[in-house]
Formats: sequence, structure tokens, C-alpha cells
Amino acid sequence: MDEKGAQSTLRFILTAGCDGYADSLKRSVLVALWFMFLTFPIMVIRVDTIENTIDWRWMNLAFVGVGSFVLSFLWRWLLERKELMKGQAARESVVERLLTQASTIPSARLGLLVVVAGIALAFPHMAGMYQTNIMISCLTYIALGLGLNIVVGLAGLLDLGYVAFYAVGAYAYALANMHWGIGFWTILPIGALLGTLFGIMLGFPVLRLRGDYLAIVTLGFGEIIRLVLENWGDVTMGPSGIAGIDRPTFFGIEFGVMDSINYMYYIMLALIVLTIFCVNRLQNSRIGRAWLALREDEIACQAMGIDKTKTKLMAFALGATWAGMAGVVFAAKTTFVNPASFTFWESAIILSVVVIGGMGSIRGVIAGAIILILVPEYLRAFSEFRMLIFGATMVLVMVFRPQGLIRAKRKVYTYDKSTVAGAANE
Amino acid sequence: MEYFLEILFGGLTRGSIYALIALGYTMVYGIIELINFAHGEIYMIGAFTGLIIAGVLGAAGFPAAAIFVLAILGAVLYSAAYGYTIEKIAYKPLRGAQRLSPLISAIGMSIFLQNYVMLAQTSDFLPFPSLIPEFKVPWIGHIISSSELIIVVVTILVCIGLTLFIKFTRLGKAMRATAQNRKMAMLVGINVNTVISATFVVGSSLAAVGGVLIASHIGQINYYIGFIAGIKAFTAAVLGGIGSVPGAMLGALILGQTEAFATGYVSSDYEDVFAFALLVLILIFRPAGIMGKEPVQKV
Repeated sequence: MDEKGAQSTLRFILTAGCDGYADSLKRSVLVALWFMFLTFPIMVIRVDTIENTIDWRWMNLAFVGVGSFVLSFLWRWLLERKELMKGQAARESVVERLLTQASTIPSARLGLLVVVAGIALAFPHMAGMYQTNIMISCLTYIALGLGLNIVVGLAGLLDLGYVAFYAVGAYAYALANMHWGIGFWTILPIGALLGTLFGIMLGFPVLRLRGDYLAIVTLGFGEIIRLVLENWGDVTMGPSGIAGIDRPTFFGIEFGVMDSINYMYYIMLALIVLTIFCVNRLQNSRIGRAWLALREDEIACQAMGIDKTKTKLMAFALGATWAGMAGVVFAAKTTFVNPASFTFWESAIILSVVVIGGMGSIRGVIAGAIILILVPEYLRAFSEFRMLIFGATMVLVMVFRPQGLIRAKRKVYTYDKSTVAGAANE
Repeated sequence: MEYFLEILFGGLTRGSIYALIALGYTMVYGIIELINFAHGEIYMIGAFTGLIIAGVLGAAGFPAAAIFVLAILGAVLYSAAYGYTIEKIAYKPLRGAQRLSPLISAIGMSIFLQNYVMLAQTSDFLPFPSLIPEFKVPWIGHIISSSELIIVVVTILVCIGLTLFIKFTRLGKAMRATAQNRKMAMLVGINVNTVISATFVVGSSLAAVGGVLIASHIGQINYYIGFIAGIKAFTAAVLGGIGSVPGAMLGALILGQTEAFATGYVSSDYEDVFAFALLVLILIFRPAGIMGKEPVQKV
């Protein structure tokens, strides 16, 4: 912990220890009482109006009381620290510091890359089929997160219906495969293209709108797509979905179930590498800088001669392209699609991957997906609390660490007089 | 003709509920320019609180009319408390932050509250007792039920009350002043924090009234009802012009009728699609809404 942080902790402990102690305690007791009052009906009472019975669960009240008492201390401490830190650049987290240090030393950077690549390549052979399957879904979320990151993180457009484009890709493959028996590799680019097309179709009319309207329209659009998939039974087979989709082949060679999963894993891995490459290149390109500028200040950006609508549309369409591709892969992996896979929750999970990981940061999104998707998989006991924790984390991250787990780094150009004037390095 | 009138009154009932929720959206947006995503959840929590109170009082043998009134009052109290707390936790620390931050925080809050109710109560549909007193409506009894009539009447009364409150009370005037210009309001001595809290409390109370009424009318609830109702009420608020109180009422009325007629004469499968399609169309052709003012962009 650095000096400022230590100071704030010290001050907090001191004030809690001396004159502020009673006050602090009183406030926490009040907070605990307030939350006990607030959660009383929903946490404690469960009624059955048909049998006319009431189930009282007093234990929950005690949990809420103790929990909110403890959390209120933590909350105040964090708020105080945030106030104290105001004005200075946010501190780097431990992970960030390690990453920065590693990336400054070329050999360490290379070493890290080799290790990560080695683990990623060898994973399906070290772990079983079950683990590989989980890893594929994690990789899918990384791809989706990176795609949404273009829209939300770089261009600053809040898209709450991202899953709609994912559904477009998945259904494109499912339908084409069912009706005409078209294979995975043919559909992959078509699915991506369809995603782009839908992105443009939705984006074109709504991108002139203010940011928060966009959130609602995309949310509505996501629901429309899902409702159409559910109700247009003649084409989409309705809520029961489409089963028996072909798995991908390798130049006509078909695999058994086990090999096919490994194959799927490598396809996904290749897709991720491609995505990272593209997003990385995009970020520092002309359009990428235009996105960042647009995110920071629209009016100033327009004054600099950037076509607002076109730039936004580009972000939207590119984001949708990745969702379309991921959708095709999803359909091929599960061999089954139905509308229930494309609810608002899915959009919310992808969004929380981006937000919690760090908006605009590739490493952040990857870390976010790994934590948010893998941890709940292995903590099955808590799986029902998953969305509860996601929601709470989104609020907490926004309040205390809006830059996310691993913050986005802007490319910095330094001017060094000692070398050739105007030379730019990273 | 009778079918037409039935649909008309059905639409009016729907519109009333949308109006009660939309008012909360529009008031909050008017003051802090935030789409309070968790507002639909407040409505849902209001309905659940109403159910719980009705269940407890029903088991204790209270008369039906008393249960109805107490359930609404209890739901209002609790929803207001939730609205107040949510503002303090998720929005107040983010004042002055980037535009996207409070919005994401609001979405997180909404997800949290849905799952909180799901885990603490149940994920299934719960039957909701019909609390609204039943009687035969004179003259038009064959096309409108007593519960529909009461919903419409209560909504009209609430809207009138709210309009008077905003127009004439001290707090109402402070709200309007804060909505116009927050800094200026602070300068003339308005406690902006209190006004914002009060706005959340009032908006949440209205949503709770709507929640109990509609749940009692439909007869079942689950933790997910706030999501769709929230989006539709938001549509109504945008349709009327977000930030405008009479606009929200008008927008809700139009949305209710659109939905009722579309489902009555076209197809009921696509009920929600009509609302969303309407939302998309308004935002494209008239983003300021019917009664809203074109926002002036300041540099």
C-alpha cells in the first residue's frame, strides 16, 4: 500500500479509535437497523396465500443485521479513501503493476507470452473433456466481451442488446444447417456478415440518439429479436429450438465427440487470437482514436471534423460482427439453439465482463471473462448467487473503481529531446 | 362495438399502470438525467411487499377493505425506502462521474434486486390474492370490471395529486427548480440532495401503487415482472417526452391503447414487440417525445 493509502487507513483507524469511535459505531448500528427494516418483509416472511400459511425466517434478519453492520464500516472506509484519492491518478492494482513490470522487460514479456500460449495450446490435452468444455464457453465470452468492448469500451456506446447479434449468428448457422445442410466454415463468415448487417440496420436509425436512449433502444431490440425467435415458430421452431446441428469438420474430416470438442477449442482459440490482433490494431488506428475522442467529448470531436454517425456506426457494426461469429461457434459447440439462450441476462453477463474487467482494455476483458465465467463454474455451491454477485459487483466497481480490474492504457507518445527530435516511442 | 369498448378500457387500465411507473422515470430523469433502470424493480418490490402484507393480514383475519388499503400503504412505504436507499448507494457517489457510470451502476442494481427477490422469495409465479373490492359497475358493468375501474380512478387521483404537489408545494417547486438548473437551485438555497431523495421517494411510491394494483388485477407475480414493465413504462415516458410529467401520463395512455388494440386486433403473440417497435420509431422520428423540449446542447 502506498503512502496515501496508508494514511487514509491510519486516519480511519485513528478516528475510529478516538473521538469518532462512538459516532462511527452509532452510524453502523443505524445502517444495520435500516437494512433490517428494509429487507424485513422480503427476507423474513414468505406467504402462501392459497394455503394461508406464513413462513417466518428470523435467522435471515440476523444475517442482514450483522452483514450490513460490517459492510457499512467497509463502505465508509472505501468512500473516505476515494475522497482522499480524488484528483490523483487512480492507483494501480497489484495485477496491473505486475503486468506493467512484465511488459517493460522484453524477455519477461516474451516469457509470459510463451507460457500463456503454451498453457492455452496444451490445455485440452492436460484437462478432461469437461474442463475443455468450460474453457470453450469462457473463450466464447472473451470473444463476446472483446466485441462488446469495441462498442462500450472504445466508442462509449452502451449496448444492452448485444446478445441479439449473437442470436443472429447462432440461428444463421442452425437454420442454414437444418434446411440446406451447409457446413460450419461456410457459415462462419456469413454469420459474421449477418451480424454486421444487423448492426448497421439497428445502428443506422438510432445512433443519432443520446447515449442513454441508445441503451434502451438496444435493450428493446434485443428483446424483439428474442420474441420473434420465440413466436415465429414456422421458421425458427419456436421455444423448443433447433437441435442436431452439425459440428465443424476439418476439410471434410469428421471427428468423434471428444476430438470434436478439442477441435472446437482450437477454433475458438484461433478466433480469440484473431480478435485480439484486430482489436489491438483497431485501437491505435485512425478510427480507434476517433472512437476514443467520441467517447470523451462528442461536440469537440465533431468540431475536429469526425463524422459522428459514421464512426459510431463502424463501432456498432464491428461489435456486431464479433457477436455474429461467436454465435456461429456457439451453435456449433452446443449443437442446439433455442431462444432461452439469448435473454437479457446474457447481455448483462457480457456487459459485466467488460465493465468489471475494465472498459477499453483487452487484458481487462480477458481477465474479466476468466474470473466471471470460470469462478462460478468451479464454485457450484454459489452458482445461484452468481447474478446477485454480478449485479452488486457492477455497482461497486462503478462506485469505487470505474476503470475496472485492469485499466485501459492509452498509447503514450513521449518527446525525448536527447534523441532525434520528434521521435516517438511507446 | 362492445369488443371495441372492452379493448378501449383494457388499454386504459394498462395505460394507467404504465403511467404510475413512467412518472417515476420521468421525474428522476428530469432532475438528474439518469435512466433509473432499477425503477422497474422498485415496482416489483412494491408488488411483493403488498403480497406479503396481504398474506400476513389475511391469515390474521383482517377485513378485505382494510387489507387492500394497508397493503398499498405498506408497499408505498417500503418501495419509497428502497428508492431512497438505492439512490444513496448506487447513484449519489457517482454524481459528476462519466455519463455511462451511473447507468451501468443502475443496471447492476436492477440485476441485484431481481436476484435478491428471487433468492429470498421464489423464482416461480406466486398467486396474488384479488385485493381490490369487487362490485358490479353500474351502466357499463358488462365491459369494465370493478378492478379495472378502480385502477383507472386511483391513477387519475394520483396524477391529479402529483400535479398539485409539483405545482403548489414548496418541495414541488424546489423539484422543478432543480430540474431546470441544479447549480442555480443550489444558489438560491435549495438543498439539492434532499430534493433528489424526495424525487426518488415520490417516484417509488407511485410505482408501488401501480405494482399492488396490477398484481391484484392480474392475480400473479414473480421476480421478473419489473423488467418488462420497466421498459414499457420507460417507452411511455419517452413517448410523452422524458422529463415532462404530463407527457408521461399522455405517453402511457397512448402506449396502453396501442398495445391493447394491437393485441386485440392483430396478434397477441407479439404483444411486447409492438411496444418496443413503438419505442424505436419514436426515438428515430421524434426523440424529444410529444411534449418534450428539444434539448439544447451546451459546449
